[in-house]
Amino acid sequence: MDRTKIDRIIEHYGADKSELVPILYDIQAEYRWLPEDVLKYVAKSLDLSLVDVYGVASFYEAFSLEPRGKHLIRVCLGTACHVRGGPRILETAERLLGIRSSETTADLKFTLERVNCLGCCALGPVMVVDNEYYGKLPSKRVERILHNYGFSSSTEQKHD
Amino acid sequence: MTRKKIKSSSDLDKLRQKILAKRDPKIPCITVCAGTGCQAYGSENVVVALQEEVENQELGKVYIRVTGCHGFCERGPLVVIYPQGICYTEVKTEDVPDIVSQTVREGQIIDRLLYTEPNTGEKIVHESGIPFYKYQTRLLLENNLKIDPKNIEDYIALGGYSALAKALFEMTPEQVLEEVKKANLRGRGGGGFPAGRKWETTRNALGNPKYVIVNCDEGDPGAYMNRSLMEGNPHSVIEGLIIGAYAIGSPEGFIYVREEYPLAVENTSIALAQAREYGLLGKNIMGSGFDFAAKIHRSAGAFVSGESSALMTALEGKVGEPKPKYVHTAVEGLWGKPSNLNNVETWANVPLIITRGADWFTSIGTEGSKGTKIFSLVGKVKNTGLVEVPMGITLREIIYNIGGGILGNKKFKAVQTGGPSGGGIPESLIDTAIDFDELTKLGSMMGSGGMIVMDEATCMVDVAKYFVNFLVEESCGKCVPCREGLERMSEILTAICEGRGEEGDIKLLEELAEVMKDASLCGLGTTAPNPVLTTLRYFPDEYEAHIQEKRCPVHVCRALIGYYIDAGKCTGCLACLKACPEGAITGEKEEVHIINQEKCNKCGICYDSCKFDAVIIK
Repeated sequence: MDRTKIDRIIEHYGADKSELVPILYDIQAEYRWLPEDVLKYVAKSLDLSLVDVYGVASFYEAFSLEPRGKHLIRVCLGTACHVRGGPRILETAERLLGIRSSETTADLKFTLERVNCLGCCALGPVMVVDNEYYGKLPSKRVERILHNYGFSSSTEQKHD
Repeated sequence: MTRKKIKSSSDLDKLRQKILAKRDPKIPCITVCAGTGCQAYGSENVVVALQEEVENQELGKVYIRVTGCHGFCERGPLVVIYPQGICYTEVKTEDVPDIVSQTVREGQIIDRLLYTEPNTGEKIVHESGIPFYKYQTRLLLENNLKIDPKNIEDYIALGGYSALAKALFEMTPEQVLEEVKKANLRGRGGGGFPAGRKWETTRNALGNPKYVIVNCDEGDPGAYMNRSLMEGNPHSVIEGLIIGAYAIGSPEGFIYVREEYPLAVENTSIALAQAREYGLLGKNIMGSGFDFAAKIHRSAGAFVSGESSALMTALEGKVGEPKPKYVHTAVEGLWGKPSNLNNVETWANVPLIITRGADWFTSIGTEGSKGTKIFSLVGKVKNTGLVEVPMGITLREIIYNIGGGILGNKKFKAVQTGGPSGGGIPESLIDTAIDFDELTKLGSMMGSGGMIVMDEATCMVDVAKYFVNFLVEESCGKCVPCREGLERMSEILTAICEGRGEEGDIKLLEELAEVMKDASLCGLGTTAPNPVLTTLRYFPDEYEAHIQEKRCPVHVCRALIGYYIDAGKCTGCLACLKACPEGAITGEKEEVHIINQEKCNKCGICYDSCKFDAVIIK
């Protein structure tokens, strides 16, 4: 844990308790997830109990309490995508990567997430890898896209 | 910096004149939509290509304006060229050299980039002529096309902040409040509670300071109108907020934006900074003596946190769970102080009401619902996009005139309004004139404006299950009726979809719904049964087919269908055999293939991969 980095983030928000969410955001942007020792340190720095910090970190979907992969794959299952075949996209990605949604491959290459609407419904069904959008996506194209991000069959192991 | 500060109403007028004088309307202006939809299509690359091409072709002065969402997401990226107002759709970077050399330089129209009316084949040059736009009343969205949201001067040039000047210098806070009450502006976030009355409650409540809050925690799946306003015209929301703060007597406000909307976060932050720089926020706004500060709060994604008491708890940096509302948040909200929360679209209506008056506003809409409403029209509709229509328009007009009808010319089945809190409205009610009250009568609700169109291939039991499962995940779990009720509903619906439905399930669902409506703590729980109740009410046959005949009439529910190969059509091409992830298909080249029903997991990949329609679902 890099304390100076975390101190800088906390300081940026004036060590204000009500800024806990943005603070956790910025920390997650650094680490890609929120390790336990970091949460403890944040709690101490903001004079909060760990349960307050853990409560917030575990309540919101945006925060991850487990290490996340190098590439974040988000499959939209908003209503528009749902009626246009989004579930099949998710299923294909799950099958290829050998993980369920919200899981990370053992080699920490990919994290798979389902999201509830990306607000670009005209493109449904949509899959987003990092910040690249793949719209009007047939399920058979999923494999080719994942290959572009270094997917190979060796990735097909579940993270535990 | 201080040079820019606007110190009086006439300063604002002078600044506007100065901005307009700087801008020669004859100089070509290329506007490119960079809303989230168009960005996903690659509109940023189009912008870069345009900038390079304008320079390469040494065209002299040309404005390139990157705007927020135009609304016609189906045909993005959208490019409009002024002064002629030529609208090009589905523009790719390859088209850019032609656009610059032919349209910008020569004023010629490039036929291939125009919108073609699918029914008549007619090419349409101007946005206003495209049916998608023609049938709308765009009061709030109109300026999205004309404004670079990162540049406050674009907003001021169009008369921005003059409503604020009018309120501060020509009206008392009481008069502002009366005007908004008279306009009968109802909350666009869902419930439709009159905004003016809510303002008045906060204004009259004991306790200081009072807070004003913008709710941009749009969590409805399939709805993105708040995001598009916040991204495309943030100053209209901020101006409305300041006017509201003046009427209520609030020194401080918050804009609560979902972090999943990075562009909205960015544009709002820039807009707030610019408003401060120009003296439109902070101490002594425009020299009026009124002080008001506002800041942005990024939310971390929880559907329930859009509820007023939950949102305020989240603003305090705590877990965003709702509280019992024996006392309303308007009286006791953020940090226990009177707090007025309205959604993005509600705030954006305020400057219009102040500028044009309540009489004008009430001339639009129906008896009980005034003004316009923005819907995000999505799903199985030809023209996906944001549509702004007067209250009282029929669903048919929205879906067919604006939306262009159903994708693939299939048959319309239902439209879901109000998201997970709303309900599915069937074809027999498609001519209902919609407003807050009519939608409630139908068992649905306005919600924030999601409008999801479903065609004949959509299973309504599956849709009900989808919404219930969404809410199972999003329920905060604090109260029993919502937490347990949703879990049980999900179990029952899953059983029905898997052919394990029993006699009495429907009655049980209805009973659960009653308890949840009566006893849940917040709006999430009380409205959660709506998707189930409306589908039960309008599509009872589909439930019956699942429960009694163990059959999904439209072949969606996986446990109730099987994939088979039509021997007459199969050419033995091996495509499905290779594609099947389960190895469930056997056969030789040029011989009819067979699907092993034991091994088949019904993923449907064979169905997608067959070029001869030989895979059938039974």
